[in-house]
Amino acid sequence: MPVFSDPTNFDAYVSGFLWILKLTGASALLALVLGVLLAGMRVSPVPVLRWFGAAWVNIFRNTPLTLIIFFCYFGLYATLSITLSDDLILNNFWLGVVGLSVYTAAFVCEALRSGINTVPAGQAEAARAIGLTFSQTLRIVVLPQAGRAVIAPLGSVLIALCKNTTIVGTIGLLEASNVMKQLINDNGDQVILIFLVFAGTFAAVLIPVGYFFGWLANRLAVKR
Amino acid sequence: MVAGDASQEPLIVLDKVNKFFGDLHVLRDVDLSVGRGEVVVVIGPSGSGKSTLCRAINRLETISSGQITFDGKALPAEGRALARLRSDVGMVFQSFNLFAHKTILENVTLGPIKVRKDKPEEARKRGMTLLERVGIANQAGKYPAQLSGGQQQRAAIARALAMQPKAMLFDEPTSALDPEMVGEVLDVMTSLARDGMTMVVVTHEMGFARHAANRVVFMADGQLVEQAEPGEFFANPRSDRAKDFLSKILTH
Ligand SMILES: Nc1ncnc2c1ncn2[C@@H]1O[C@H](COP(=O)(O)OP(=O)(O)OP(=O)(O)O)[C@@H](O)[C@H]1O
Ligand SMILES: [Mg+2]
Repeated sequence: MPVFSDPTNFDAYVSGFLWILKLTGASALLALVLGVLLAGMRVSPVPVLRWFGAAWVNIFRNTPLTLIIFFCYFGLYATLSITLSDDLILNNFWLGVVGLSVYTAAFVCEALRSGINTVPAGQAEAARAIGLTFSQTLRIVVLPQAGRAVIAPLGSVLIALCKNTTIVGTIGLLEASNVMKQLINDNGDQVILIFLVFAGTFAAVLIPVGYFFGWLANRLAVKR
Repeated sequence: MVAGDASQEPLIVLDKVNKFFGDLHVLRDVDLSVGRGEVVVVIGPSGSGKSTLCRAINRLETISSGQITFDGKALPAEGRALARLRSDVGMVFQSFNLFAHKTILENVTLGPIKVRKDKPEEARKRGMTLLERVGIANQAGKYPAQLSGGQQQRAAIARALAMQPKAMLFDEPTSALDPEMVGEVLDVMTSLARDGMTMVVVTHEMGFARHAANRVVFMADGQLVEQAEPGEFFANPRSDRAKDFLSKILTH
């Protein structure tokens, strides 16, 4: 593998995938928190909250991610001068995380909401009947069961998120796909090899992730 | 006793309660009062509004007009006050509704810990005592799906009792059970009644009504058609609807 035996190229490859990991990790965490809040809003008895949750999902789920990332860069940063870090690279990273999170949160919310529908109405009734408030009922009884019911779909959302992080390359972050493009530019004779290594790395990580979530879904399934 | 003593006034009072589901008039001018320590059995044909009546008492169902008073106070409309009221009224459902992702003991201690803010250690101790009382202490660590229907329903009763409620509502607690498990649940309910618990019980178990109830209330088409002490009601039902209903259920 002549391209990758050059230490500079190999380091670029490693750091490209490290960015992918960091983008995925930070966005997954933020999207999960946001998605849980949004799902709570969508089933809440307060109309304004329901409206807000629905608006969020409809806007971000139906806007191409590329546009959202561009908006973060050209809108939030270039036009509105919102900076998330003094370091230019980190600033791009966080702009990317914001875009990925608001987008992915819409999918997390919808996955959870379909999970909430699998929880029998009697569960929430019993919770209310012993005196739990609405938010306690949601947090302690409904969401934990809904979450377990949608572990496999949430796994798919995570896998999609991981692949989607490559879009942050378009606003200048040297993540894996950007590194790949550079390597291809500099090594026109080894395009197929470079492509296979990068694609293979994604697959090598994501295939086990998929199986892990499948296993987890089985293990944590709520027996009724 | 002093006039107006709290122990003299009824615990639950329904005054001209009406309930509509859309155009469907499900409760019609229902007046009912349940005294402290009284056991009232509600019977009536399917669709007559028994569940709705039961659920209205802890406001799982809102009412369209009229008033419901519990322990001298009108039912709160929402929020923490409503949650507090609900914690004073135990409810047992036909389909048990045990929290499927929690063990039996966790089911019983959840309310005390989260609502009454009891210390977990104390809640567990009292929870185990309650599970012993309903005869399933040895199942404490299992999940609801691992228990038989009768065991689940007894756990659900323990869960409601853990809140130390002033009254218990039962909506057909034995209807989802295999026949051989009905007895064990009725035994627990009978012992509760003997201990002086105020109970409203929707049931088709006429044996329970005869032995444990102070009063039988017969509902049809959303109305309280007649109410009487059980011996009297079963021997001499006055309304034609009640006679008809009894002839149907007592023949099998
Ligand atoms: N959430 C609801 N929405 C619309 N109609 C309802 C709802 N709940 C109950 N009803 C209707 O109200 C009427 C009374 O229902 P309810 O469940 O109180 O009857 P019930 O006496 O408990 O009957 P059963 O013996 O079958 O349990 C029925 O006609 C029922 O279809
Ligand atoms: Mg019913």
